[in-house]
Amino acid sequence: MTDPWFTLRQFTQARIAQGRAGCSLPTSALLDFQLAHASARDAVHQVWDIAGFAGGVEQLGLEPMILATPVVSREQYLQRPDLGRRLAQSSRELLATRANQTIDLALIVSNGLSSTAVDEHGLALLHTVVAAYAEHGLRMGPICLVANGRVALADEIGAMLNARLVVIIVGERPGLSAADSLGMYLTYSPKPGNTDAERNCISNIRPPTGLSFKAAAIKLAYLSEQALRCGFSGVALKDDMPERLTEIGDVALQKCKLGSESAL
Amino acid sequence: MNYSATVKGKSFDFRDLRTLLAKASPRRAADELAGLAAVSEVERAVAQQVLADVPLRQFIEEPLIAPELDEVSRLILDQHDAVAFTPIANLSVGEFRDWLLTEDSDLAAISAGLMPEMAAAVSKIMRNQDLIAVARRYRVVTRFRNTIGLPGRLSTRLQPNHPTDDARGIAASILDGLLYGSGDAVIGINPATDNLDNVYTLLNLLDEIIVKHQIPTQSCVLAHVTTSMELMQRGAPVDLVFQSIAGTEAANRSFGIDLAMLQDAKAMAEALGRGSVGQQLMYFETGQGSALSANAHHGIDAQTCEARAYAVAREFNPLLVNTVVGFIGPEYLYDGKQIIRAGLEDHFCGKLLCVPMGCDICYTNHAEADQNDMDTLLTLLGVAGCNFIMGIPGADDVMLAYQSTSFHDALYLRQVLGLRPAPEFEAWLERMGIFDERNRLADARNAAPLLGNFHGLPKA
Repeated sequence: MTDPWFTLRQFTQARIAQGRAGCSLPTSALLDFQLAHASARDAVHQVWDIAGFAGGVEQLGLEPMILATPVVSREQYLQRPDLGRRLAQSSRELLATRANQTIDLALIVSNGLSSTAVDEHGLALLHTVVAAYAEHGLRMGPICLVANGRVALADEIGAMLNARLVVIIVGERPGLSAADSLGMYLTYSPKPGNTDAERNCISNIRPPTGLSFKAAAIKLAYLSEQALRCGFSGVALKDDMPERLTEIGDVALQKCKLGSESAL
Repeated sequence: MNYSATVKGKSFDFRDLRTLLAKASPRRAADELAGLAAVSEVERAVAQQVLADVPLRQFIEEPLIAPELDEVSRLILDQHDAVAFTPIANLSVGEFRDWLLTEDSDLAAISAGLMPEMAAAVSKIMRNQDLIAVARRYRVVTRFRNTIGLPGRLSTRLQPNHPTDDARGIAASILDGLLYGSGDAVIGINPATDNLDNVYTLLNLLDEIIVKHQIPTQSCVLAHVTTSMELMQRGAPVDLVFQSIAGTEAANRSFGIDLAMLQDAKAMAEALGRGSVGQQLMYFETGQGSALSANAHHGIDAQTCEARAYAVAREFNPLLVNTVVGFIGPEYLYDGKQIIRAGLEDHFCGKLLCVPMGCDICYTNHAEADQNDMDTLLTLLGVAGCNFIMGIPGADDVMLAYQSTSFHDALYLRQVLGLRPAPEFEAWLERMGIFDERNRLADARNAAPLLGNFHGLPKA
């Protein structure tokens, strides 16, 4: 059913040489597309079992803290990104109880636009990231878990925790080829009103096809160290990490633009 | 002017013209996000009634943004041709709708007298079928190496994107597209990075393919206009100059451009003299919500801002203008219904303003839309006489991670509506054995010479 130039698929994931039924797609190609779209849709709309995730965080020996945004439904989350960028009042009060300490790093996990990504890779990535930071001796606060968050939510949380750095792990907008991709955004000196230009992004974390947990964690720890030393993060922070430390870091950095568009 | 009405004992007051326009807009997420939308369906319907009574002249007297604050507003006033405006000068917005729908009204004659806000206003009180019926009667024809927009014709942008700009991967998608009859509007790559060497390499790749196979089409790498200018200075083969544009000066500034920069780029590309049948060489992309997302909307609704972007476009006599209708996400256009409506509005307003409109009929996976909604908008825009649509392998852009229309979708539209490619490209397709003389894929195309000697790829 496919076209004679199907062998060119070795050069691209694009849906080339699919063949045709009249002017339309052959049935199998049509149904493949439908399945990919269905996976992406489910990833967006699936409810995140945040309590279950918190249990997993405890099993890693870490302290989870469940926070919330004012978002009341997934539909509202999709239409009101501004609500996903701030905390519910109850969560502000909860965080205020922690305001008397200073930490190096606040870590946040949110399902963002893909609950599937957080369910499949969230705990493993968190585990690897915490291990990488432990080598650098950074003081960490609780692991903040927030459903329906956007990237800039990290600013408020980081500020309330008096963190020098904040990192949010977030489910990225699902594409047809990948519905389970995570991104990490790093911001130095977080406070409400930080701009996207002040963030660094590591995107397409999705083993085995995307970036591995280890490569992502090494890159994050490296960027964090640089940010703490330089006193800033974002576009001004040059990623001059030695090549031997990278895995497929270039790909990850290239896709940042897209990741940020979708999750911010 | 006073914008108010009393309906069933309840009074409605609209502060100014831009408030009225926003409240009269068919419902969409962007205006709700901006806090500009009508708060009830009745308020929206009343706003439409009040808007229908506004004289068209009011748009000249009450600029939505003070001209001294915004160069797009100045451009709109400078462009306004009082003579062309004369036949409609005494009409209200509602009367203008009636005028447009009259079969023998001469749209071409008044286009230069229309301000984008007038086009936006009348679209807000038109049904989808009105938008189609009026747009269908009017063609905007443009030329570079072929002729785009003729009656009974539909062109496609072949969009062979690759996540890492791999030359073989891009060439594979181009070959696939050409063998499905796609690519007469432009073969246009969204580069993964704006890196100069990278874009230069892609421009050369496209130029080699077009020259080697003598394809009557043009190429574009959709980099920032400053990248294209720098590469033209270095001697790169730039056919079309691309840029995203918006309807306010501040939004354009967020894109890193202004009108003077676009003028410089256009002059530079014209000096290259690379067109054959024409010299229209600007390629613009737009989309409702871009001004809002740049926080540069001045309290103007998304659709009116979009129409103002066409005033920017027409200043540069473009070959192609593409509204990328569903790319921006559900916080701007929530579902298939909103995307379809926006696509028809954009096409209508562009046509009225004499802009060669195409549409990237598309959606993201977090929007409430699917390929069936794209089929609907595709069919409607085909009927409405849209100049061009996108052609992407399987409708799945593996670089930008969104879904648009496929090579197959264009074939569908050709078949059901009898739409043919640009004439020069159609002749090439037949010569290459890809199309038969009945506007269909030829049985013999698997033996097409293109397949045997496609540059840079192993033989299949």
